[in-house]
Amino acid sequence: MAALDELTTAYLAAKADPVFQAELDHLLRSYAGRPTPLTEAPRFAEHAGGCRILLKREDLAHTGSHKINNVLGQALLARRMGKRRVIAETGAGQHGVATATACALLGLECTVYMGEQDTRRQALNVVRMRMLGAEVVAVRIGSQTLKDAINEAFRDWVSTVGRTHYCIGSVMGPHPFPVMVRDFQRVIGVEARRQVLELTGRLPDAVVACVGGGSNAIGAFHAFIRDPGVALIGCEAGGDGVATGRHAATLVGGSAGIIHGMSTYVLQDGEGQTLATHSVSAGLDYPGVGPEHAWLRDTGRATYRAVTDRQAMDAFSLLCRTEGIIPALEPAHALAGALDVGRELGPDGVLLVNLSGRGDKDVDTAAHWLGAAV
Amino acid sequence: MSAISSVFRQAAAEGRAALIGYLPAGFPSVQGAIDAASALAGAGADIVEIGLPYTDPLLDGPVIQEAVHRSISAGTRIADVLATVQAVASAGVPVLVMTYWNPVNRYGLDAFAAELAAAGGAGVITPDLTPEEAGPWLEVARRHRLDPVFLVAPSSTGERIAKVTSVCGGFVYAASVMGVTGARDAVSEAAAGLVARVRSHTRLPVAVGLGVRDGAQAARVAGFADGVIVGSAFVRRLLAASGADAGVAAVADLAAELARGVRERAAPSMAEASAKANASAAADDAHSAGHTR
Repeated sequence: MAALDELTTAYLAAKADPVFQAELDHLLRSYAGRPTPLTEAPRFAEHAGGCRILLKREDLAHTGSHKINNVLGQALLARRMGKRRVIAETGAGQHGVATATACALLGLECTVYMGEQDTRRQALNVVRMRMLGAEVVAVRIGSQTLKDAINEAFRDWVSTVGRTHYCIGSVMGPHPFPVMVRDFQRVIGVEARRQVLELTGRLPDAVVACVGGGSNAIGAFHAFIRDPGVALIGCEAGGDGVATGRHAATLVGGSAGIIHGMSTYVLQDGEGQTLATHSVSAGLDYPGVGPEHAWLRDTGRATYRAVTDRQAMDAFSLLCRTEGIIPALEPAHALAGALDVGRELGPDGVLLVNLSGRGDKDVDTAAHWLGAAV
Repeated sequence: MSAISSVFRQAAAEGRAALIGYLPAGFPSVQGAIDAASALAGAGADIVEIGLPYTDPLLDGPVIQEAVHRSISAGTRIADVLATVQAVASAGVPVLVMTYWNPVNRYGLDAFAAELAAAGGAGVITPDLTPEEAGPWLEVARRHRLDPVFLVAPSSTGERIAKVTSVCGGFVYAASVMGVTGARDAVSEAAAGLVARVRSHTRLPVAVGLGVRDGAQAARVAGFADGVIVGSAFVRRLLAASGADAGVAAVADLAAELARGVRERAAPSMAEASAKANASAAADDAHSAGHTR
């Protein structure tokens, strides 16, 4: 608790400090490549009932995903707090790469925990992290995926908290992490709202984003929460289908519980044991979800649906071939959701999709899935 | 007075610290854990903690993680935990359940407390439940006469210690180091200072856990704390044992060594001097050294 109190105090002070905000803003522009563009995807949209689909290109941010937004903020905060060492968990490796990058930039020591299964299916990102000077620790206990990497990062943190900042990669964990990470990611929606208005002269009918822990989705949603005409739609990892039990769709198929220091929805059995999850996408393969999403779900402000591995892979292929953009497997779930939402909206609809990351890391998985089609 | 309070009072009257031993339910099997925990009590543990296996034991080191992982993989359920409590408590030793909060929350606070009390349980240690969120649990625990035990850490501020101790029952669990469970070569120097700080806020006994693995360390901790908690060192013996009987024997051996340790008490530390309740016990240390049961 002492560490969380210290972090809360430091974060609130930094948030109110114009010097901190100016430095972060400078890095986002000059280093991370913000603002990221908004790209219309008309050939892809032909498959979505002819609505307009606008892609928020977080895949073009430095390191290849939205993760850099949060990490630059937290790394600056770590330096400000006098912490010389930063640890992180990673599933797909995108947050790990972003953290290793920010630590290299600011001269901080970096250790990244990653489930051993994920180190295999996202091997490219392991190499990238090591090239950036980070130590990558493969976690061999439990399911060897994201939740176990988080467990191990927490164990490190409680043992080294005096000199270490735990840079959580999503809008999850104990307070202040969900709020702080949301604040660092909301730039996505702030930019996109302005860009959509400039391009179309109106607000979108819906914002669609994938949800694992939920940081890219909260980032995209937040600027639209007070726009009642804008539907907010989260796409969770449906794996083999929610009915099969082999999935990671926490808000669709889970129940209220506590995990990783937050009260939220959890995939759990009747005695509170966390269930094994499955998704083709390592970044969505998580049995919890950020508590703000739980709130958006319960209040009805946002809705959540499950997208299967197959649907996501089909949308992945479709975007590659129609728009010349190779998305990460995580936002491929949002793209699949957008195909359905577009058909529901009809040809007059305007849809904003957060393309949260690029797919280089997923080439092996995709080639394996698509088989002879590649 | 609760069974746990009685144990601490009795130990203090004998001029020694209480020995608290931890084992997780369902490892190496449900019956194996009952046998080992019963042996623990028979060989000198004053209080037994039964761990409720959980899939995400954030605050446990590799030894307990491994045992708990095997227990869950073998299908251990809360009913097995309660059966273990009942079997061990029937021998007359107070038994607490050590559990992460989600299983209790999911099972239902009242159902869990009622069934635990019916099984003869004396209390519940909740390492990841904060006092801020504990209101409903405190009410339920009080109703079922279960001692609610919370943790303090070396990083805890005075304000935090005041808040935690104000909701604790039975004893206060003081984590000796910033870290996860697991035996260590040396018991942290921070522990004595933490115990002294806790005592400035409460008259409850203070038991120190994390890192104790042998009689000498137990003696040193007994020099400044009211209770010595040992977990991973027992689990390690079970993991290393060639079979169930050997595991039970190894647990009993270690329990006997630790029970001697808490009666030897190393030279009183500065923290000891501040312990009002144990002032006379400290004076007895010189001639009680070397005394065994």
